[in-house]
Amino acid sequence: MTSLPEPQPGGKKLGLVIDLDTCVGCHACAVNCKEWNTGGHHAPLPDHNPYGKEPHGVWFNRIHSYEAGCGSTSKTVNFPRSCLHCETPQCVTVCPTGASYKRAEDGIVLVNTDICIGCKLCSWACPYGAREFDEDQGVMKKCTLCIDRIYNEALPEAEREPACVATCPSRARHFGDFNDPDSKVSRLVAERGGVALMPELGYAPVNRYLPPRKATIPAKPLERQHGGSVNALLKMLDMVLSR
Amino acid sequence: MPRDQIEYSQAIGDQVAYTTCYMCACRCGIKVHLKDGRLRYIEGNRDHPVNQGVLCAKGSAGIMNVLSPARLRKPLKRVGPRGAGEFAEIEWDEAMAIVAERLRRIRETDPNQLAFFTGRDQSQSLTGYFAQMFGTMNFAAHGGFCTVNMAAAGLYSVGGAFWEFGEPDWDHAKLFLMIGIAEDHDSNPIKLGLGKLKERGAKVVAVNPVRTGYAAVADEFVAITPGTDGLFVFALIHCLLESGKVDLEFLVRYTNAHYLVIDALGAADHGLFARDGEGRALAWDRATGAAAPAEDAGINPQLLGRYALADGRAARPAFALFAERFLAPEYAPEAVAATCGVPAETIRRIAAEIAEIAFNQPVVLEQPWTDSNGRRHETMVGRPVAIHAMRGISAHSNGFHTCRAIHLLQMLIGAVDTPGSWRYKSPYPKPIPAGPVPGGKVRREDGSLATPPIGFPKGPEDLLVDEAGEPMRIDRAFSWEAPIAVHGLMHLAIGEAHAQTHQKIDTLMIYMANVAWNSAMNPGDAMQMLTDQNEDGSYRIPFVVLSDAFFSETVPYADLVLPDTTYLERYDCISLLDRPIGSAHGPADAIRVPVLKPDRDVRPFQDVLIDLAGRLRLPHFVDAGGKPLYASYADYIVRHERKPGVGPLAGFRGADGKVVGRGAPNPDQLRRYEANRSFWRHHLPAEQLYFKHSNRAYLEGAKAMGLIDDASKITLQLYSETLQKFRLAAEGHGAVQPPERLRKRVARYMDPLPIWYTPIEETLVDRARYPLHAITQRPMAMYHSWGSQNAWLRQILSENRLYVNRETAARHGIADEDWVRVESRKGSVRCRARLMDNLNPDTVWTWNAIGKRSGAWTLDRDAPEARTGFLLNHVISEYLPPDEEGRRLSNSDPVTGQAAWFDLTVSITRCEPDEPEVTAPQPEGLKAPFETRHPAVLRFGEEARR
Repeated sequence: MTSLPEPQPGGKKLGLVIDLDTCVGCHACAVNCKEWNTGGHHAPLPDHNPYGKEPHGVWFNRIHSYEAGCGSTSKTVNFPRSCLHCETPQCVTVCPTGASYKRAEDGIVLVNTDICIGCKLCSWACPYGAREFDEDQGVMKKCTLCIDRIYNEALPEAEREPACVATCPSRARHFGDFNDPDSKVSRLVAERGGVALMPELGYAPVNRYLPPRKATIPAKPLERQHGGSVNALLKMLDMVLSR
Repeated sequence: MPRDQIEYSQAIGDQVAYTTCYMCACRCGIKVHLKDGRLRYIEGNRDHPVNQGVLCAKGSAGIMNVLSPARLRKPLKRVGPRGAGEFAEIEWDEAMAIVAERLRRIRETDPNQLAFFTGRDQSQSLTGYFAQMFGTMNFAAHGGFCTVNMAAAGLYSVGGAFWEFGEPDWDHAKLFLMIGIAEDHDSNPIKLGLGKLKERGAKVVAVNPVRTGYAAVADEFVAITPGTDGLFVFALIHCLLESGKVDLEFLVRYTNAHYLVIDALGAADHGLFARDGEGRALAWDRATGAAAPAEDAGINPQLLGRYALADGRAARPAFALFAERFLAPEYAPEAVAATCGVPAETIRRIAAEIAEIAFNQPVVLEQPWTDSNGRRHETMVGRPVAIHAMRGISAHSNGFHTCRAIHLLQMLIGAVDTPGSWRYKSPYPKPIPAGPVPGGKVRREDGSLATPPIGFPKGPEDLLVDEAGEPMRIDRAFSWEAPIAVHGLMHLAIGEAHAQTHQKIDTLMIYMANVAWNSAMNPGDAMQMLTDQNEDGSYRIPFVVLSDAFFSETVPYADLVLPDTTYLERYDCISLLDRPIGSAHGPADAIRVPVLKPDRDVRPFQDVLIDLAGRLRLPHFVDAGGKPLYASYADYIVRHERKPGVGPLAGFRGADGKVVGRGAPNPDQLRRYEANRSFWRHHLPAEQLYFKHSNRAYLEGAKAMGLIDDASKITLQLYSETLQKFRLAAEGHGAVQPPERLRKRVARYMDPLPIWYTPIEETLVDRARYPLHAITQRPMAMYHSWGSQNAWLRQILSENRLYVNRETAARHGIADEDWVRVESRKGSVRCRARLMDNLNPDTVWTWNAIGKRSGAWTLDRDAPEARTGFLLNHVISEYLPPDEEGRRLSNSDPVTGQAAWFDLTVSITRCEPDEPEVTAPQPEGLKAPFETRHPAVLRFGEEARR
């Protein structure tokens, strides 16, 4: 079994904030993630039967859409799902070889595919379904939080963010350090009541989801025409208009 | 603890190219990374005005289109029966000789016998010009079955249009109404905009039968019944008029609301504007108690009443006619609620919210500007209610008038190009109606048409009809059946070429359109018509030339296939002469550059057209000695001038590359674009950013840049005198009149003010038998046919279901995942049902163009696209049921000819348990005319790590 690192003083807690109020479910993040990561740290992310029946492959980020309720209270929620980089992830502690590990310095949960034996214990342990088994190589892979982008000195600084964040067309995804109370992610969570997924399971997920909001416009009812009376329009038209 | 090797700072690739995406219609800027000459990664270009660095699922999956196994490899000549898919590969020399010989013969006899239709063509300024110079009027692109209702209603009302020629003011809008949205019009710009609105806490209202995608994040969802959006908007206008929540100043300054309309029923000038001796429209000036030129500053125009003109004729302000119509009790919310499927109180509340935002929460920008009358304004005051409307309005036979009603709503509250409202995208606004008249009647000595085949009729005399009033064009565009068909009627091309009612054609040339499948309203009939033979064994449609990059369902029906490149293998220009990428902030255009060299024997279709034009010695494509002027499309982009100084690209003109808009060709232009990341943009100064229809500085600047020919004010058309001219013809006035059988129709639908009517097909079918509306949506991660060959995108969606409201399904005894039969007047399909809640109860829907013909796009025969995917198209028809004389009107909007896809009504029944669990119909499987070897496992990217 693999142990979790001791918290490191000054260490970061990197993760994502995903805004369910703005996520339109377009799959942009999922595909750009695929595109980046298939040539990235975990390359490749294979696709089986790509042009045939039941095409399936490795994706670190998948989008689900749900309906909740109907009528005026209804909501359709688009929900992107990827590794939450939990603080106490069981996917790490169940790993028999140490392949699955959590980094002390930034909290990112990674898999060392060189020593992964493909036993899948970690994917059984993860209640979020965030682990992706590469049948082709027989090893487990997963979201790296784009570790090969966020520290990549070959990239301009503005681009050192996960691919899913960079590409998100409705800017519903944010990346940062949850240990820094002034970071954008910390502020968003505080302001918008960001939630963790299934915290009761005790894995202390780092990623947060911002719940859907509902903007309203308080407005007085408009004046209505009654019978043959002179209506508001006619009264208004009596005004002098100047071109 | 063992740690793995992490290469933190590996470069993405060794080469970067900036170009323009073509995975859908949005034209986003992309940054393409190559490694060892191979694709590694595509991301959004952060500097690009359209997408600002973001990229959608389609764009990110571009790699898989460029590597698609369905790519055509070499020119193909049909050797078996048409439709059998038997081809011989031939060399380009032979292919070009075949098509040049055929077209030369056509041009020498009757140029109109070439019918040239292009699909999602982003080079229409070239393809249309080719048609004009060739001399055929039978040209159109796909707009006629896509969104021409929006384009036509916009261009004839406000001189711009939703989507391509306009956008919401994302930075200031406080209330955003999305009506009948389609999620690929726009893709990234709307998502970026929604993000901005949400960040500011603006309210988003989705008026749509279905809640998915953009509607999912809306603060309010109005589950309207398809085809009734017009009534909903009528009711909103009714409420605003009733309560006097109207921007009268905006109306009299910027629209023709105060113009006097002659009231002389039966007379030849009834419904036209009263004009003075100089042709200036008149208004009634309250100050002088007399008529005065309506555009004069300082008059105090009346908006209601009836006035006697000096010559004794009576006239009424256009606004009076408008108010009378919209205040009618039949448009009260209570009267329309049942038809719309929207409670009256919801309509009244939304109207109140519009009024609250427009009049109590205006946006005031401290920005002085001067209007066309020379009046200086210290601030820009706007009504922050922005509207976007698209396919759900457009794809109905009442879409033109519905869209016009939406534009009138905007005018009524002063929300046209004002801060916070809907804004023009440069180079719009344009004069109303814009541009030259449709070409076809006047042929120059050199064989070319005097104006482009696609144009803008300004009255009956501009129609392309013969002496009997019958259509001259193969697709009936610009005829009495579809007078304002400003994008043509591509959906009629095959049917009419086959029927040969008015005109025979020799060659049908198709570019980038899947006309034998999802681009046909009726794929089964299309396939039949393409293979039908005359008694002598010749084909009814004599010759079909197709250019496409991929093995689509249409390839087997071509006699000659000219394989195109993918979007990363060629030059292109996104031109101001065509469909540019300008925004409200200023004009912009862009190019595509070849990032990869094709590994197949394929050529960009634009290069092929230029070559063909040279071989045919078309005017402006050859010099005085008949020698071709252009070596390639890239050469044409740089050197072609449509007008002196105006070419395909507006940026980096002039010898030094410093001139914008109008300037001499610059031989270095493409390199300058490439250095500027493949686009050019011009930032308008702040004083020009709003009120562009009447903003003197903007209009003069736009004229100087060559965007418009005249800097006059563009008066918004609350009342359309142009439409009235057609109506008058139908009532027996003028030299060009409709044939008897169409008089009533023309008089009814060419109404100068918006009308609402039940979608036409619905009135001709047995609604008791077909009680449900059936529509399609486009998934955000897919773009029509192009997506299914994509190894990544098809993992997101490779089959489609028929979505049914849960309660409706229960009434029909249908459970989730049951197989069901969908029947219409036209036929039936078998598919699987999926139940959902957020759906208008009288509506079923599915994703568009997911269903594929077995074997097409080189997918395996048992691919879900063919086995469990389906097209709703099979139950649609491009014709309405025939009249007593057997004549078939097109299933289209009667003003624009827009294909009325969404007028469809159906019944659904659960299939018997013994029916096969496969979608139907199942046309015979196709086999690609080349070897395909699909990998069992695709390991794209593995080499990137070496």
